Amino acid sequence: MSEQHRARQRLERLLGPTGPELSCDECFAVLDRHVEAVLSGRQADEAFPGMREHLIGCPACAEDHASLVELLHHEERA
Amino acid sequence: MVDPSRAAAEADAPVALDVESRHWLGALRGNGAARDDAILRLHELMVRAARFEIHRRTRGVSDLAAEEADILALETADDAVVAVLARLDDFRGESRFTTWAYKFALLGAGVRLRRRAWRGREVPLDHNDWPLLADTGASPAEEAETYALLGELRTAVEEVLTPHQREVFVTLIGHGVPIDVLAERLSTTRSALYKTLHDARRKLRAHLVEAGFIPLAGEGADR
Repeated sequence: MSEQHRARQRLERLLGPTGPELSCDECFAVLDRHVEAVLSGRQADEAFPGMREHLIGCPACAEDHASLVELLHHEERA
Repeated sequence: MVDPSRAAAEADAPVALDVESRHWLGALRGNGAARDDAILRLHELMVRAARFEIHRRTRGVSDLAAEEADILALETADDAVVAVLARLDDFRGESRFTTWAYKFALLGAGVRLRRRAWRGREVPLDHNDWPLLADTGASPAEEAETYALLGELRTAVEEVLTPHQREVFVTLIGHGVPIDVLAERLSTTRSALYKTLHDARRKLRAHLVEAGFIPLAGEGADR
C-alpha cells in the first residue's frame, strides 16, 4: 500500500462516513436493539439505517457498542 | 441526520415483552417492598456491568487502584439506576430489559474513565497545532501529493469552517481529545458536539471535492 493510499484512507477517516448517519442520541436509543440484532445474526444494519455509518464516524459510540457486545458475550459464556 | 419515518413506523408496532423483562417492568413500576427489592437487584446489575466495563477498558494499562475502581463502579451504578428509573417508559420491550439497562451503566463507566484519563490535562483548543496530522512519513516521491492534500485540508479548516466548528474539529480530530472530555470542558453534550463535527466534516469534504482533491462520494454525498 502506497503512502498516498494511506494518506487518502486517513483523510477519509478524518472526514467521516459519506452516508446519512444517526446522531449520538439516536444511536444510544437503538444501541440495545442493534447489538441484540448483531448477536442473533439478523440484518442489523439494514434494520437500523445510519447506525453503521455513525459507528464509523463516532469512536465513543463505537466503543459503547463494542462494550455492550462484549458484555452480552460474557454473560452468555457465564 | 436520518429520515426517521422507518424508525417511527417500527416504534408504533406493538411488541410482546419476554417474561423476564415483564417481571422487571412490573416490579419497578410497582409499590412497596417488591419495588425496593427490584431496585436493589437493578443496582446489583448495574454494578456488575460497570465493573465489567471498567475492567475491560483498564486491563493491563491503567493506574486505577482497586479501591478507586470500586468507587467508580458504585457511582456509575447509582447514576445508571436513576437514569433507568427515569426513562422506564422509553423501554418498549424491543430488546431484553437487561440489555436495555446495561447500556446506561456502560455509557456512564466509559464517560467517567475517559474524563478521568484527561483529569488535570490541558485540552488543546489552539487550532494552529495539529499533532495527528503533522508528519505523514511519506517518501520523497510520494510527499508532494500527500502534503498538497493535507495542506488543502488545513486551508479548508481555516477558511471554510466557523470558529466553533474549527475548534471542535481540530480538538477532536487533530488532537484526538475524546468527545466526552471536550463536551465536559465546553459544558455541552456528546450529541451536540458530534452534530458540529458532522457539519464540519461535510463542509470540508465538499471543499475538497470542489478543489478536485477527492472524488465525489456516491449516494451519500448530499447527506
